[in-house]
Amino acid sequence: MRNLITFLWKNYFFFLFVILEVFALFLVVNNNYYQRRVFINSTSDFSGNILASFDDMSSYLSLKNANTILSEENARFYNMQPEAFLISDTASFYRNDSLYTRHYVYRTAKVISSSINRRNNYLKINKGFRHGISPDMAVVTPHGIVGQVIEVSENFSSVMSILNNNARISAKLKASNQVGSFFWDGNDYRTGLLVDIPSHVQISIGDTVVTSGYSFIFPESQPIGIVEDYSIETGDSFYKIKVRFTVDYNSLYHVYVIGNRLHDELIELDKIDLNE
Amino acid sequence: MAGKNLFRFVILLFLQVLVFNNIHFHGFIYPAFYVYFILLLPFETAGWLLLTTSFLMGLSLDFFTNSLGINAAASVFTAFIRPGVIRLLTSKKEYEPGITPGIRDLGFRWFFLYALILVFVHHTALFFLEVFRITQIEQTIHRIVASSVLTLILILLAQFFLVGQRKKSNKY
Repeated sequence: MRNLITFLWKNYFFFLFVILEVFALFLVVNNNYYQRRVFINSTSDFSGNILASFDDMSSYLSLKNANTILSEENARFYNMQPEAFLISDTASFYRNDSLYTRHYVYRTAKVISSSINRRNNYLKINKGFRHGISPDMAVVTPHGIVGQVIEVSENFSSVMSILNNNARISAKLKASNQVGSFFWDGNDYRTGLLVDIPSHVQISIGDTVVTSGYSFIFPESQPIGIVEDYSIETGDSFYKIKVRFTVDYNSLYHVYVIGNRLHDELIELDKIDLNE
Repeated sequence: MAGKNLFRFVILLFLQVLVFNNIHFHGFIYPAFYVYFILLLPFETAGWLLLTTSFLMGLSLDFFTNSLGINAAASVFTAFIRPGVIRLLTSKKEYEPGITPGIRDLGFRWFFLYALILVFVHHTALFFLEVFRITQIEQTIHRIVASSVLTLILILLAQFFLVGQRKKSNKY
């Protein structure tokens, strides 16, 4: 026993290294589950506050650009108002509340930190569960999708960007309605890949890629990008399509968080399917 | 001495979070400048202190970047091989007490090699842990090399900047 203690004491540098390294690797592996909840929730309010106050300083610089985007948005919404239409048949504008069940709820948020140069990129936004944000909500801008909420603290949320190894989104070509799978290959933050589109489909450069609406997170037809290039390997029956993002992820500022009010219902339905 | 290192810890942590984490160079380069802290710890730092401070540095950074454990693991590994690298690079001047790792005390060649090895090891660990799979190896190596070069340049610039300052205040 004494020898063992002497041995451990003599080589403590090595053993301490092993202990710390194993602990760190343990954190890495459990990143998405338990550890994250415990650690991030207690600390992200602290780190979020620091990031938010730094953001206050830099937010003035992008004010002009943000205003332009917001007024474009406003114009779009005015165009959707009933007043913008010529009402020729009053019956068609009759609203029955039970027919118009609200499916998605939009909330605004501000990005307080983001990255594009890692393999797994995340964002922080300045809204948390106090503002009604919960995990699995979608984050978008008027120009395209951004990611999904993965962690929520009282005042802040962490968002997994589409620029992440773990992010995969069900997407479709707007023109042909062909559904495939969209992900980021990690090379260039301005382009991603759309795969699983069968080879008989006609594709042309410049086609729009949008979300398919098959996931419970993103509403249908949220823009993702435009087709820049496509190729097909010999012997393969699926296209590999290079898609240029319509959002510049390097200059994210105002985003919308979209909550699916029927999310739980859809999940329940899925469970029933699986049980059979 | 301890106060100076603590100060450096805080300054480098905030520099990394507020400045270097926001540098988006070419979209894939990530300068992990905070390794500078591990490089500059004095030679006589006890082993446990070297490992734990490096671990804390990495972990504090992880809290800001949603990458729990990744920076901590890479930093602890860098700290672990540091004594070996120092032994490997014995310079003409022995490591007398009071000498600190840096260009001023040990010359450019020594410090360059020292920084090169440790930065490269750190970035290799960091980027492989981040990707966590071997299939994208070509791309990962690309990121490692490019980011290491940038970090190294930043570290050397910081060294030249500070060495110049110290000479003025100490000797003249």
